[in-house]
Amino acid sequence: METNFIHHQSAHCENGVASNLLRHNGFEISEPMIFGIGSGLFFVYIPFLQVNHAPAISYRPMPGTIFNKAAKRLGFKVKRVKFSSPKAAEKALDDNLKNNIPTGLQVGVYGLTYFPDEYRFHFNAHNCVVYGKTDTHYLVSDPVMETVTTLTHADMNKVRFAKGAFAPKGQMYYPISIPKQAALAPAIVKGIKETCRDMLAPVPIVGVKGIRTIAKKIPQWAKKLGNKKANHYLAQIVRMQEEIGTGGGGFRFIYAAFLQEASAILGNEKLRELSLEMTKIGDMWRDFAVNASRVYKNRSTQEDVYNTLSKEMLAIADREEIFFKKLKDVIKAY
Amino acid sequence: MKKEEVPQDAGNLSKSNMKELVYATDDKGNYTTALSSGWEPKSIALSNSIAEINERIEAAKAEVKAGQASPIVYYMELHKMDPQILASYVGIWKWRVKRHFRPKVFNRLSDKLLQKYADTFDITLDELKNFKAE
Repeated sequence: METNFIHHQSAHCENGVASNLLRHNGFEISEPMIFGIGSGLFFVYIPFLQVNHAPAISYRPMPGTIFNKAAKRLGFKVKRVKFSSPKAAEKALDDNLKNNIPTGLQVGVYGLTYFPDEYRFHFNAHNCVVYGKTDTHYLVSDPVMETVTTLTHADMNKVRFAKGAFAPKGQMYYPISIPKQAALAPAIVKGIKETCRDMLAPVPIVGVKGIRTIAKKIPQWAKKLGNKKANHYLAQIVRMQEEIGTGGGGFRFIYAAFLQEASAILGNEKLRELSLEMTKIGDMWRDFAVNASRVYKNRSTQEDVYNTLSKEMLAIADREEIFFKKLKDVIKAY
Repeated sequence: MKKEEVPQDAGNLSKSNMKELVYATDDKGNYTTALSSGWEPKSIALSNSIAEINERIEAAKAEVKAGQASPIVYYMELHKMDPQILASYVGIWKWRVKRHFRPKVFNRLSDKLLQKYADTFDITLDELKNFKAE
């Protein structure tokens, strides 16, 4: 069985699945729009949590929240189901396919055999759509892939029941009611307001302050843990920032694209100017990645390189603070 | 990032057909999407992580060979796991997993428990028990 689902490649899995599922249901919406309305831009540094033997850093909020917030703000309903038994999970998915419902799934990346091995880490918050099933395989639309792909039934079971942090527990989701006409403007305003609040939060590990905290840690890592560990941590920052799914520059370019679309919808020229500024900030993150990669490639041992990187990141934080204050002012009028 | 600046570096991935979507601006400053085949700083970061994992695997192998660690340590590293992730797959507490890293404890484990480890690592019970670090 196969549903008539159309695959569109996107930068990020969760927004991609959301926009693909909505488009399938006749609601045209772009990936940056979902990302912005769902307040997808974020920064958090969790020093006490280790991922791949390095401190956890994320440029995005908790899995599922972008889609949920976008759904709430646009007025459509999403049904989410988790399962304790793989059998029940498989049956529910198959029933959905029989009823011609392409279904979003939360899956673990480690078992995704269509990914290159280098991408296969124990990361459980990936999303894809299943749009059909054959005798041996499930038909999968993974939004970060150029084209559709497949997984065997056994592999599908594995990725749906991957274990560890954010274990998907077979979670599947699909929109159940979609308004014919959604009011985009108020949804955009709400999304932006929350992003400004998050990024300017008075918490040392979140938003602009979180970026500052980690920037100050970089030279300390080198001093306390040695260059090898510091370099590994730096590589982790760059990977989180540029990983497949971010659209480049730690999601800053997707956000800039959203602001540009938002400026047209709200008829506000200032948002377009801010979009240009966000693009520049994204470029600064890209430059940071280039410089960081030079450090761990050359294995340079001067103490100064870590201080330079730290300063570079602090400069980005300053720029973002100014940016989000301006954005907050612009959106206040609504 | 401008569209013509979207990097097209050769990737270092085992599956080279992977192109990813990025957002970039056209000559009028409007946002559009473009495909990128790879970007060097990113490839370096990824290779750095892969090298780190390979070092851990080799170190684990040496420890098993020297009789300082059980095969579980080796397979855990091979599967890019840490004790917490392994514990959740096997369905036991982390401290128990860590105890099983000791060869002495490992040798006394029941086949039932070892089978759970073997299933997690996608190997047979025999392969796990008779792992020889070479």
